[in-house]
This record gives sequence, structure tokens and C-alpha cells, in this order.
Amino acid sequence: MSPGPVRGATPNRRLGSVRGVSVLSPPGRRARPSAPETSRLSSAAREELRRRLLDLIEGHRVVIFSKSYCPHSARVKELFSSLGVECNILELDQVDNGASVQEVLSEITHQNTVPNIFVNKVHVGGCDRTFQAHQSGLLQKLLQEDPAYDYDLIVIGGGSGGLACAQEAAILGRKVMVLDFVAPSPQGTSWGLGGTCVNVGCVPKKLMHQAALLGQALTDSRRFGWEFSQQVKHNWGTLTEAVQTHVGSLNWGCRLSLREKAVAYVNAHGEFVEHHKVKATNGKGQKTCYTAAKFVIATGERPRYLGIQGAKEYCITSDDLFSLPYCPGATLVVGASYVALECAGFLAGLGLEVTVMVRSVLLRGFDQEMAERLGSSLERLGVRFLRKFVPVAVLQLQKGSPGKLKVVARSTEGPETVEGVYNTVLLAIGRDSCTKGIGLEKIGVKINEKNGKIPVNDMEQTNVPYVYAVGDVLEGKPQLTPVAMQAGKLLARRLFGGCLEKCDYVNVPTVVFTPLEYGCCGLSEERAAQEYQRENLEVYHTLFWPLEWTVACRDNNACYAKIICNKFDNERVVGFHILGPNAGEITQGFAAAMKCGLTKRLLDDTVGIHPTCAEVFTTLEITKSSGLDIMQKGC
Amino acid sequence: MAHLLRSRVPTWPPPPRGPSGHTHQEHDTGQQCYDLLVIGGGSGGLACAKEGTRWGLGGTCVNVGCIPKKLMHQAALLGGSLHDASHFGWEVAQPIRHDWRKMAEAVQNYVKSLNWGHRVQLQDRKVKYFNFKASFVNKHTVCGVSKGGKETLLSAEHIVIATGGRPRYPTHIEGALEYGITSDDIFWLKESPGRTLVVGASYVALECAGFLTGLGLDATVMMRSVPLRAFDQQMASLVTNHMASHGTRFLRGCIPLKVERLSDGQLQVTWVDLASDRKDTGTFDTVLWAVGRVPETGSLNLEKAGVWNSPDTQKILVDAQEATSVPHIYAIGDVAEGRPELTPTAIMAGRLLARRLCGQSSDLMDYDNVPTTVFTPLEYGCVGLSEEEAVARHGEDSVEVYHAYYKPLEFTVPERDASQCYIKVVCLREPPRLVLGLHFLGPNAGEVTQGFALGIK
Repeated sequence: MSPGPVRGATPNRRLGSVRGVSVLSPPGRRARPSAPETSRLSSAAREELRRRLLDLIEGHRVVIFSKSYCPHSARVKELFSSLGVECNILELDQVDNGASVQEVLSEITHQNTVPNIFVNKVHVGGCDRTFQAHQSGLLQKLLQEDPAYDYDLIVIGGGSGGLACAQEAAILGRKVMVLDFVAPSPQGTSWGLGGTCVNVGCVPKKLMHQAALLGQALTDSRRFGWEFSQQVKHNWGTLTEAVQTHVGSLNWGCRLSLREKAVAYVNAHGEFVEHHKVKATNGKGQKTCYTAAKFVIATGERPRYLGIQGAKEYCITSDDLFSLPYCPGATLVVGASYVALECAGFLAGLGLEVTVMVRSVLLRGFDQEMAERLGSSLERLGVRFLRKFVPVAVLQLQKGSPGKLKVVARSTEGPETVEGVYNTVLLAIGRDSCTKGIGLEKIGVKINEKNGKIPVNDMEQTNVPYVYAVGDVLEGKPQLTPVAMQAGKLLARRLFGGCLEKCDYVNVPTVVFTPLEYGCCGLSEERAAQEYQRENLEVYHTLFWPLEWTVACRDNNACYAKIICNKFDNERVVGFHILGPNAGEITQGFAAAMKCGLTKRLLDDTVGIHPTCAEVFTTLEITKSSGLDIMQKGC
Repeated sequence: MAHLLRSRVPTWPPPPRGPSGHTHQEHDTGQQCYDLLVIGGGSGGLACAKEGTRWGLGGTCVNVGCIPKKLMHQAALLGGSLHDASHFGWEVAQPIRHDWRKMAEAVQNYVKSLNWGHRVQLQDRKVKYFNFKASFVNKHTVCGVSKGGKETLLSAEHIVIATGGRPRYPTHIEGALEYGITSDDIFWLKESPGRTLVVGASYVALECAGFLTGLGLDATVMMRSVPLRAFDQQMASLVTNHMASHGTRFLRGCIPLKVERLSDGQLQVTWVDLASDRKDTGTFDTVLWAVGRVPETGSLNLEKAGVWNSPDTQKILVDAQEATSVPHIYAIGDVAEGRPELTPTAIMAGRLLARRLCGQSSDLMDYDNVPTTVFTPLEYGCVGLSEEEAVARHGEDSVEVYHAYYKPLEFTVPERDASQCYIKVVCLREPPRLVLGLHFLGPNAGEVTQGFALGIK
């Protein structure tokens, strides 16, 4: 789904002085008049600046550190312009941290004068050295594309983020390779190109969610006058086949799209063996090495297993569920992540008996009021919750498709244990980054040892300047497909397109596709209270009864809308939450509005679209602090 | 939508800040005096009356048009879901059929429950309700005639005309009145309308034809010129393309000449194709007129109060304050000239007017950027300007259009045709490329458009 006219197709490679500011200033600082500046850089700031400078040098063919009034600088600029070579010029007298730049630059080059010239990552020197190089022919040699590497960019991991980055780099004319290899799950499930979202995430999940919604639609439709036989059954095989057919077509689409853009795709596991070099091992164990100037790690995550008896042998995860060759039957879902609740929701919606075992809270990190309301909506659908229990052993009672498993669970609050018999146990207790076994230690890329995630700066750059990371492997970033895609695309544009736009990780909307969908954008009530103090917030909320639910005689107090406003900033909306049908579709536009600085007043001034669920946000009147009743009457 | 004009007369509560402080009192003449008199009990009128009595608790107003329409639209969508369901593994034995009676009863019961809720709300808010047919006696006085013929004089400082409009019958067409129905009737039919001819190209026409087709009925739309006039025409043609590909028949460039009842009870319609001047006939069970609405101004004796209306449309001329040619008489909703005929717009205008009259705010209604959705089978949501209007206002060269066809994920498995799912954003070409209009054609367009409307505002 790409908008018609492609923007940014002709990259502006010139780094003007104004742009230089945004490259080189720490975030949040604005240009000050360029008074002579004494350097007071902390070591962290120095390190960051150094990284940015290296990035600038690495990322561009010609970089000239210059001063706008310097005649030597002007001569060098003329020289390159006469050679028809585009340069990236940073005028140190026009950026606010020019003095610091010059200081760090002299550490890198042992030259503290301008101009200071780099060609294809090689430090050429000042004005005289550049003209000498031009006369000797060295400059022309340096200007030729660096022949040392096989590729400009190798992306490890063919998921949403990696593919977006690879394709954008290819569109910008770079030579790009994607390495993608799916290690089979403990149950032996494997899949094609496209990563988690396409194969074992958003896409099959949303389709199964849709199947469950259609089940509800079948029930509703009778109230709306449709007549058909009482006997309605669901066929798991038909569903998984349809889902997998679609997934297969997407795999194919990914490959086709790479081929069209001349991105080399190798179905092999990539592992760094030395700087700028990866070893690719394919399914048959054949090994090939490739080199590249830059690398992007986009290996994503895989479901975590419990270290308990029987987990790997008998349990499945979301990696297996969407292509499970048999109906899972009575299912125990372990965990309360959104993956857990979504799976529990659609399995229940398909008519299966579902139990969710929760160690502590539902949807950690999400608004807890919303999480609890969502939990209740699942309960009303027949999902059973076992709170404050963790499984300690899974035993097979009977083989089969599905078989019978006994699960022993222990209370988190005491010695109590419970046992239950299920056909299927689905683990959804979290996901681990795929950052082990890819040779990061060989080239010194730091990972967070606790969670395996890769820390990056706001340019998605790791501590090794030519290595970047996008997607779920990132530390402290939202784990969402569109975010990874956006980050990957912008990264490629920065690396190869002379573009400076960074990925904005704030106010990213997200939706939990449980049968009653939950959409949110911005802060949870808990987080808002931390950031703004509870007394500075006003929370408006209401229950609502979708019109379509009235005739269908569905619950009149299940759907809920809430906004969190900052009283002292014009009642600016800092959190948006909706639990109701089509929450996904509703949230998108409101997220756009939040980017534009949505306030309560603007909501009030907007005419509702009648009759929809979304219009409830234009008539929110009851504050939580008033304690007024928000129950809807009727039916 | 009821057949009698109704007056609803609210009284201010004892102040907070009523403009004059006096409440409903009997004058020597026996004439009743109020602060605010609202003529017309539609959405706008109710909103105005309710807001007038208590700040901060403006309720949702319900229009008997939108609600049953959306419910029947939902019934039609569920028909599509039944079809999809088999692709998603649900085994539903054929045959599947639709029972109009059952649906209509469910919808009508719900609407009746809302009507009751409304009366209760008005009582709660100290709004006095009269079932009167009203007409002006002079600038401050209205004469109400009850069903029994009893006359009451009501006077008020401010008078709001919100009598709305009623579907127009093309009375010049033989048989139109005797045999045709309008949107006032379709939702209250006890029996299925069967094979239906919908005459008109308004959103009402397309919505009705859309859900009738979705319920499995044979529906034909006859229109003289373009569909959805005043809407973006590219979107309008996508809407009708989608309907046509799902079984709605279209007779374009045709106008009906007469309607006759055949001996078997069926209706025979004769029409002429304007391009070829050729006449043709067809038989239908139901003929639904959706050829626009006429404002209910005829019996108001507007001239006695000095209120001007348009000679062409009969609608009342208003300014940005909703004031008519008489400063203390206002008109909102469908009865006012040049206003979009939309329920929520009337509600908002009514509410804002009441707030201005109480001195609680001076905000005017913003008639630009009103989001709306046409609930055709593939929903069309929009806010802001159509492409045509944007070009007219800013010039062809200043306008840039970003657009995309898209395929909803849910359409893939049941192999639904997504060739009309389309998004268009009309912007100014100059950065920052201010968005002038947003147009969305696809499932749940109503829900999708609401949030974007905020961004555009």
C-alpha cells in the first residue's frame, strides 16, 4: 500500500550547514549563535559525537569539514564541483557544536585545520594534500566506488524491518543482500521469507481473529433476520489451509519484490566472522562468505520456552499454532502477553475450550484498567483464567493429534498446586532476541546481556559504527511491524539517500486483536501518572454500546473508551484507549490526530460520524474523578 | 420525520446564567412565554433544547433515519459475513435465506425503545414538549394547534426553527404519491419490499439500494445525472461501481414518467432515457423515491415573522450565527439554506446555538471539515473538501493528491474483490502540504474517518 507519488526519490546529498546541526547536535539542542565555544564535552557526549562523525564519514563518498569563510575550503569545494562530484559539506562555523566537532575530528585525523577531507572513508587531508592527490591520480582512484566489499549493505534477517531497509537501499541504487534463515521450532515448524509478521505473527493472527469474528457474526446474523440450519461447525483444517495459502502468497511476494529491486536473497544463516564479513550457512550446511560496507541486524525474536519438564517436547508456541495440522482442542495458553490473549481469544471464538494461566498481571506495560476489562471480555466469551499460577511440568497422557497433556502448576503465592488435562499447551510467555550465534561478539557489537537486545542510538546505530539494527532486536523500542518497516526504510534513506529523518518511536498506536479489540496510542494511565502526576491529569471515559450490538442483544457494558488529558497543557490528550469492535480501524486516525497535538477541546469541536463507535470520543463528558456512573442502560 | 410538526418548548432552569432570568410565566393574555422555543423535534432541535436546560450533559440525539438505516446496513453486511465464513472454516449448511419481517421487527423495536428514551430525557431536562402544529403569528409569537384543533399562543425571546425536511415526492409524476414510498416508510415496512426501484442518486438512495441488494433483493437505482452530487465524484463513481459489481442495477440518465399498478399488484414504471429519448418500462414490487428532501417551511407562516427563505429551495436563509433575517429567530438543520443535511451537524449546530444563546460560549459551527460517511455496502467516509472543490478553491496547480488502492487483509481469504478499496488525500502542494480533504472507501470507513477528521480540523 504505497502512496502514488514517491517522495524523496531524488536524494539531496548535500549536507548544508543547517542539516549539519541536526546530524551533529545531541537531540533536543537547537542552533545557538556561533559564539567561540570552548569544549566541555563529557566523555559520553564525546563518544557519541565521534560515532556520529564516523557515521557521516562512512556513509558518504566525499565529506568536507569546512568553514564557510575559509578560502582553502572554497578551493577544495570548487575542485570537487569541477570533477562533478557531489560532496557533503559541514560548515563548522555554522553549526552550534563546531568547536567540539573540530576537536573530535583532530583526534581521529591528527589534523586540526579545515578543510579536512574524506573520500570513500579515506582521510585525504587538507587543501594542499587534496590537490596533490588530484594531480597524482590518487583522488580519482579513491573516488571510484570502494571495490573491497561485495555489497554496500547486507541485511541479516528477512522480516518486515530488514526487507524494508534492503529494498529502500536498493531503490537508492545500492548493492544489497538479504540473508534470511528460519531455524525450525522445537516442534519442527519452519516457514518462508517475510519474518514473524507475515508467517507467524500479525497476518495469520489477524486472519484467525477474523475467523472468530465471523463466528460471532453467524450468531448475530440470526437476530438480523438471516436463517440457516442450527448446526454450525468450524473446520480447523479449512482455516489453516486458507491462512497458509495466503501466507505462502506473501512469501512469494516478498521474494518477487526483492528480485524486482535486484536485492540478492540467500536463504542462509548469517554469522559475523570478522569485521565487514559474514559467513552464510544454508540448509545443506554449505558455507559462503560475503563482505559489505554496512550491515543491518534485523533478526527479530522467537518465542521463549519454559525450562520445565515437557516444555520443548509437548508444548507449542505461536510459531506452530497457525499451521497446526490438527485442531488444538482444549487448550491451555500459558502467559498473559498480547500474543497469549489474542490466541486465547480466537481459539475461544472458534468454539474451543480455552484456559489462560497467568503468573501476575495481564498485558504488562499496557494500561491495567484496559487490560482487566479486556480480560473480563474474554471471560464472558468463555475463556477461563487461572491467575497466579505457573506451570511446573507438562506430561503426556496420550499421543495423538491432538493428544492429551497433563499440566502441573504451582501457585505463585503458596505451596498450592493444581493439575489440568488439555489437548494442547501453547506457551506465550515472551520472546527472545535472536542475537546469539550470529557472531556479534566477533566484531564487538554490544548486546544487553540480560535480554539479548541490541542497544542503538537514535540513528539505529550500534556501538560498531557500520553495524545497525532495526525491529524487535532493538532495546527499548516498540516491537511492531510498521515501526520496524518505518525504521528500516528511514535508516536506508539516511545511509544511502542523504536523508536525515529519524524514526519517531513516540505515540505509536497499537492494537490487541482479541475478539473485543483494544486499541491504544500514547500513555497508559499508570505511565501518565508517573510522567505528569495524577493530579495534573483528567481522565474522561465512558462505556458504550455499539449500535450493531443492540439488535444483536450483545453486552451493553463491555465496550469502553478512555482518554487521558494533561490539565495544564490545554487538556492535551496524552493517552487514548478504546476497547470495542474495530478498535484497530478507529485508533489509526486518532493516532494521526495525536501527532497533530490533539486536545479535549478539539475532540469536543469535532462533529461525530453517526452512527459509529468512534464518535463516542467526540462526546466524552464524564471524568473519572467525578465518579459519575458510566453504565449504559438498555436491552 | 413524524407527520405532524411538533413544538418542544424548553424553559430555562432558575439561573445559573439564563439570559433573562424569567421562567415560563402566564401573561395577562393567557399566552405562555418562554426563553427559548424550538419548533421541530429532530436531531438539531432536540440538541438545542436539551443543551439549553443543562450545561455539560448534552446527550446523544437519535435520528430515526440513521439508526434503522445503519442497522439494515449491518444486516446486509452480515449477509456478506455468512458468505465469508465458509472460507474461514465455518460450515454453514445451505440454504441461507433472509427474513425481512424478523429483521424489521428487531430494528423497529430498537427504534421504539429509543423514542421512549428521548421523551424521558426531555422530561429530565425540564423541556416542555407540545405535540402541536406551529405557525408564526408575529416575530415573537407562535400559534400551536393541537390534534384536537385547540389553539395555544406561545411567545419566546428566542425562537429556533428546526423543522427539518421531509422526503420529496415527485408529485408531477403520475402514480408517484399513490404507489411510491420514501425513506420514511422503508424501515417500517412489515413485509419485504421485494423487487425495488430506487429513484434518486442521493446518499439515501444509494444506501437503501445497497442494503436491499445485500439482503438478497433485486434493487435498481434510477438516476437522472450523477450519483452523490457534491461529494467527490471519483469516489462517487467507485461507490456505484462497487454496488454494480455486487448486483445493484443502475439506470443512468433516466427519469421516471409514470407509475401504474398492474392487476397482479405489481407496479409498472415507465421511464425515459434522456440521451436517446427512448421510453422503457419495468415492473417492481416497490418504488422508493429518494429524490431529495423538502424543507418543512410551508405551513410556518414565515412571512408573518418576517423570516426570509429561498424562493428556489424554500429553505430559510441564515448567517454564520444561524440567525435568520430576524435576529432572534434562528434556523438549524436541514431547514437552513446551504447546510449539509447531516444529523450530527444539526446536533452540533443546535448545541452550539444554545450555548451562544445562554452566553456560555461564542463558538460558531464550523461547516467545513464535517466528517461524514455514506453507509453503502462498501462504506465511503470523507472529511474536508472533494477534489473538485479543492481545485475550485485553490487552483489545479496548487493541489496535490496522494492516493492508493489497497486490499484489506480480511478480503484475501474469501477472495473478495477489493478493486474499489481506495484512499485519497487531497493536499495543498506547497509544504507542509496541508490536508484539505480525506476520502476513504472501504470496510468500516465510518470508524476509520472519525479520527482523521480531528487531524484535518
